Amino acid sequence: MSEGEVQPVGMQQKGLFGATDAGDTSGFGGLVRANPTAGEIVSTPEPLGGYFDEILAALRELLGDDVVRVVVVDRGELTIHIAPDRTAEVCQTMRDDESLRFELCSSVSGVDYPEQANRLHVAYHLTSMTYRRRVRLETSVSAEHPVVTSVTKVYPTADWQEREVYDMFGVVFEGHPHLTRILMPDDWEGHPQRRDYPLGGIDVEYKGAHIPPPDERRAYR
Amino acid sequence: MTATDHTAEEVFDAFAPERDTTEGRVYTVTGGDWDELVAAVDPVNDERIIVNLGPQHPSTHGVLRLVCEMEGETVRSIRPVIGYLHTGIEKNLEYRTWTQGCTFVTRADYLAPIFNETGYCLGVEKLLDVTVPERANVIRVIMMELNRISSHLVALATTGMELGALSMMIYGFRDREKILDIFEAVSGLRMNMAYVRPGGVAQDIPDDALRMIRDFVDYMPQGLDDYEGLLTGNAIWQERTQGVAYLDVSGCLAIGVTGPVLRAAGLGWDLRKTMPYCGYEDYDFEVPTHNGADAWARYLIRLEEIRESLKIIAQGLDKLEPGPVMVEDKKIAWPAQLALGADGMGNSLNHIRHIMSQSMEALIHHFKLVTEGFRVPAGQVYSAIEGPRGELGFHVVSDGGTRPFRVHMRDPSFVNLQAIPALAEGGLLADVIAGGASLDPVMGGCDR
Repeated sequence: MSEGEVQPVGMQQKGLFGATDAGDTSGFGGLVRANPTAGEIVSTPEPLGGYFDEILAALRELLGDDVVRVVVVDRGELTIHIAPDRTAEVCQTMRDDESLRFELCSSVSGVDYPEQANRLHVAYHLTSMTYRRRVRLETSVSAEHPVVTSVTKVYPTADWQEREVYDMFGVVFEGHPHLTRILMPDDWEGHPQRRDYPLGGIDVEYKGAHIPPPDERRAYR
Repeated sequence: MTATDHTAEEVFDAFAPERDTTEGRVYTVTGGDWDELVAAVDPVNDERIIVNLGPQHPSTHGVLRLVCEMEGETVRSIRPVIGYLHTGIEKNLEYRTWTQGCTFVTRADYLAPIFNETGYCLGVEKLLDVTVPERANVIRVIMMELNRISSHLVALATTGMELGALSMMIYGFRDREKILDIFEAVSGLRMNMAYVRPGGVAQDIPDDALRMIRDFVDYMPQGLDDYEGLLTGNAIWQERTQGVAYLDVSGCLAIGVTGPVLRAAGLGWDLRKTMPYCGYEDYDFEVPTHNGADAWARYLIRLEEIRESLKIIAQGLDKLEPGPVMVEDKKIAWPAQLALGADGMGNSLNHIRHIMSQSMEALIHHFKLVTEGFRVPAGQVYSAIEGPRGELGFHVVSDGGTRPFRVHMRDPSFVNLQAIPALAEGGLLADVIAGGASLDPVMGGCDR
């Protein structure tokens, strides 16, 4: 790796130090690891158990079988992958149907998986106060056409949270009343939470030695 | 000239016309053309001005900026502007090990550091699929409830200050100081301790800290009675808070407001009860609610929650059994227990002696774990706890590496601040301050 080049986290899957010169003295310089974030998302076989099946059945009955793209149950949490243009519709059903009743949209967050075709993911964490359940709705879009339907009409609380995802990842929420940057300055360029956006920082000199900024340091992967 | 003569002549007196009544002669001091003059200068007209509050203003809890459109004293529209304290904590986490992450998240909501650490560590532990030892769980609960009290004390103190009750500010910060002293005795630091770590806590509670906690539990109820004596019956306090900044349950849910504000509107939603974690289901405590839905109700709820927290702490002290405070797995557990030395908290001398002069393998292990960290299996989880301001959630994503792939903090201050327009529009400018204070936002958590 040449000096000064920014090394994005998670992309380097060879060796232990992320060093391509003779710097990897660990003996694992030739090790190549699989990247769990790069592949296709695989559905968990049904039945899923517990209330997960009820939620899926209700969603499919009300909105059609094709509403659910992929369903993942991992570590006791249900993730339903849906199409980016159906988020508002699904949230409306999730909120209003008596057997679902997800009254609270707890959190909206973005994740960038740079090695996937639809690299920008948006995760909605819904909470049902009636049944004391949680579910995660996830949708993904490409960086070239990052358009997701806004859920602000269903959950007004998503207003600022979608603005944050737009600010940090560049996802455009269609139907959002006021989609502007929220944490970064208005004239900022780029979307800082994307994985290929550098952390920044400066080289620090101390008694003749140079300590590079965190994202340029040699580190274990 | 007699009085009757005078009345009959009806002399015009521009300054004080007089007339006789059965009670005697009455002078009416008015007149002239002042009425017309005043009418021309109508204070209530449709001219609107924009008033900018903040970001540097003592009543805005840090660097919150409020842009108000005013019609006289009435707020017609208000828009909060945030981001002035954005420090990129979530981005920074992606460049550090999982354990170093504690050091970053603890600095987000700086009045609730233990909550930030615990919420983050619960997420990491869920990804790792490890179970924390019982003693570590009890210590976490005790520390969280102490932290809840200290945070609520600051809320009461700053609200008091902003509404002119300066004594309350002095008392609130005075008693919070006692909790910070306990934190210092436990972790070596008063704030931003990074005390809760993935797998347990950094070190065991020392005995003198336990004594301090017991003393505090005995002391605090008297302090609460003092605050109530100072504020609850105070006419000015009641006038400034009752019926101010009203937000009912449906408003709270739509805007996503949780915590004391939601409970003050009447919905007893508390994650410690409804979705327990850290063993909260084993503690006996109440979730106070109120139907006021105004700043007054939020003040009462916070006082009550301090009392309930004291009950939990007392039970936690009884539950505290000897045992480990970190998981057994040496591939995760931090190798060194910290100890208090002459120059502050650091690695214990026994540990340093062991790795430097007895065991080469222990040295390698220490070095590897501290510099490289541990790997966390790929996947994503959402862990949420009940912070002092509401639901504090962590969306933690791992790609199987030694660093977090993505951590998102759902901070209650960020979500709750969206309620400012709903609370304040149509009210007076002075009530913006009371309403904002009743939300108790912390900008460090809001902007992260």
